[in-house]
Amino acid sequence: MSLTLENVTRMVDGQYYINQASLNFEPGSFNVLLGRTLSGKTSLMRLMAGLDKPNTGRVLMNGLDVTGVSVQERNVSMVYQQFINYPNMTVYDNIASPLRLANESETLINKRVMETAEMLHITSYLSRLPLELSGGQQQRTAMARALVKDADIILFDEPLVNLDYKLREELRQEMRDLFAQRNTIAVYATTEPNEALALGGTTTILHEGRIIQSGPTAETYHSPCNVTAAALFNEPPINLITGKMSATEVTFDDKVHFPLNADLKALGEGDYQFGIRPSHLSLLPKNDDDLEISVQVELAEISGSETFLHVRNEHFQLVLHLSGVHSYHVDEKIKIYVPTHKLHVFNGDGQLIQASSRRIEDHYHG
Amino acid sequence: MIKPYTNKAWYLVLPVFALVAFSAIIPLMTVVNYSIQDIFDANTRYFVGTEWYREILNDTRLHDSLVRQFIFSGSVLLIEIPLGILVALMMPARGPGSVVCLLVLALPLLVPLNVVGTIWQIFGRADIGLFGWALNSLGINYNYAANPMDAWFTVLLMDVWHWTSLVALLCYSGLRAIPDAYYQAARIDRASNWAVFRFIQLPKLKNVLLIGVLLRFMDSFMIYTEPFVLTGGGPGNSTTFLSQTLTKMAVGQFDIGPAGAFSIIYFLIILLVSWLFYTAMTHNDGK
Repeated sequence: MSLTLENVTRMVDGQYYINQASLNFEPGSFNVLLGRTLSGKTSLMRLMAGLDKPNTGRVLMNGLDVTGVSVQERNVSMVYQQFINYPNMTVYDNIASPLRLANESETLINKRVMETAEMLHITSYLSRLPLELSGGQQQRTAMARALVKDADIILFDEPLVNLDYKLREELRQEMRDLFAQRNTIAVYATTEPNEALALGGTTTILHEGRIIQSGPTAETYHSPCNVTAAALFNEPPINLITGKMSATEVTFDDKVHFPLNADLKALGEGDYQFGIRPSHLSLLPKNDDDLEISVQVELAEISGSETFLHVRNEHFQLVLHLSGVHSYHVDEKIKIYVPTHKLHVFNGDGQLIQASSRRIEDHYHG
Repeated sequence: MIKPYTNKAWYLVLPVFALVAFSAIIPLMTVVNYSIQDIFDANTRYFVGTEWYREILNDTRLHDSLVRQFIFSGSVLLIEIPLGILVALMMPARGPGSVVCLLVLALPLLVPLNVVGTIWQIFGRADIGLFGWALNSLGINYNYAANPMDAWFTVLLMDVWHWTSLVALLCYSGLRAIPDAYYQAARIDRASNWAVFRFIQLPKLKNVLLIGVLLRFMDSFMIYTEPFVLTGGGPGNSTTFLSQTLTKMAVGQFDIGPAGAFSIIYFLIILLVSWLFYTAMTHNDGK
């Protein structure tokens, strides 16, 4: 079963929720929708499920127009951010409910429920009520309900947001395995770039109701099509510096100069925006051609075993994503190093001209 | 550092203790005191043990009003709870319509009890009351002053008119607290409207319904004003409920001893039935 959205638009009270979205989902694919809150992820999922009708555009399933077909007549499942289970049914009955509503035989139901519970490791809780379970177990139950009925499309609307970090990693890991042998279209909405990277498959970047970029996750990550995509698909957002390129060198804000390398030489003179991922900036030079910039520390955010170091000079601000815990004083003067071959180059309108060179792929670490 | 042990904290509890004592314990103990003595005047009193209790428990007047009382409260619950749920389900969730509905529903709750009695007493009269006159001109012989069934019907109608709003408002707030995702999930599961009600709305309404059932039970079990204003408990004794029997006994005949025993038993019945409702509605709540 393949799903296609053709120029789908949804407007509510004169406001675009989804604006001219076209997408194609292959059977058996795992698709991530990445975007900030209110970017239209949920609206897009509702259109795919048939919970809402698009104002214009068509939804096709296997080439058949299903735009007007209601959700009850499509074969979809959905898992939500909240843990949605029938409150006074046991876990077993909850998982069995979609099959019971489809009038399946009790032996088949039993077999399917046991299989699904097994996959999601909730076999020992089958006789409990949802409220007697932990959040993770409740969400596993909700996922089991979605998986038990062999839907054509399974939609996950930020299902792991309300879970703690450890459970999130665990479930995320299992998700890929659960879908490995299925012929279902899985769609997974998230606000977190790291989650998209961990889940793989394809990633679609949404922003203000528009699809900005869509493609295999790794490719989308490595060549963001414009500055918005680059900013959305990195946490913290990619650093952008405006600069001028002459025949021999690049100048950042009339201040910092560095000679062109072979990749940049091909682009020609002019004004560009340069993007550099926070994780590629470092405190020590790693390559011979690294650009040294003197900056002042503004803030060092420590998150777990990582540090987000916010620095500035007179012209621009940068964020460094460093592993390990580093402490700095405000206004401390330090030097940072920019690997010039890791620069993404965007034109004045923010469109990607050249993605960062991937010649030292071994150095890449997330 | 080891803190010295003092009893000073008890002084902080004292105001609450005094308040509860004056508002609950002392009045209740006074009644207990009356119920185990035969008092002739300020200086002449005899301890009678459980005699008043035995007398009360064998009083047929009381048995009759107790039976009436249970039938009345049962009917009130059976009508008002489902009706309240129904009204709440039909109310619009948002928009100006919901505000209008809420206001209209809240109105009866603001009317004092004896005003409700008076309204229906006049409204139901066959000669000058619109309701009574309309029924009679439709050929239905309706007269609450003469026919016990009509009197019952009128008292029930009054209570339903007055208090269904409370149940409806409680349920309405309960329904609004159900996240939209539940309904969406049910639609995706192809659940029928009945299944949505049975497996999502009703379980989610359980807590507000518990409050509704308890409030309506306790309140209807103590009903006094409406039947008193309507017919004074008549015709005959047909709408004489427990509190009216008690009032007659305590301040009419001034039988303080039996009335004290009656009060205690009355109180214990309400406590027991409320506990039964509470236990029945929460027994499978898990932890």
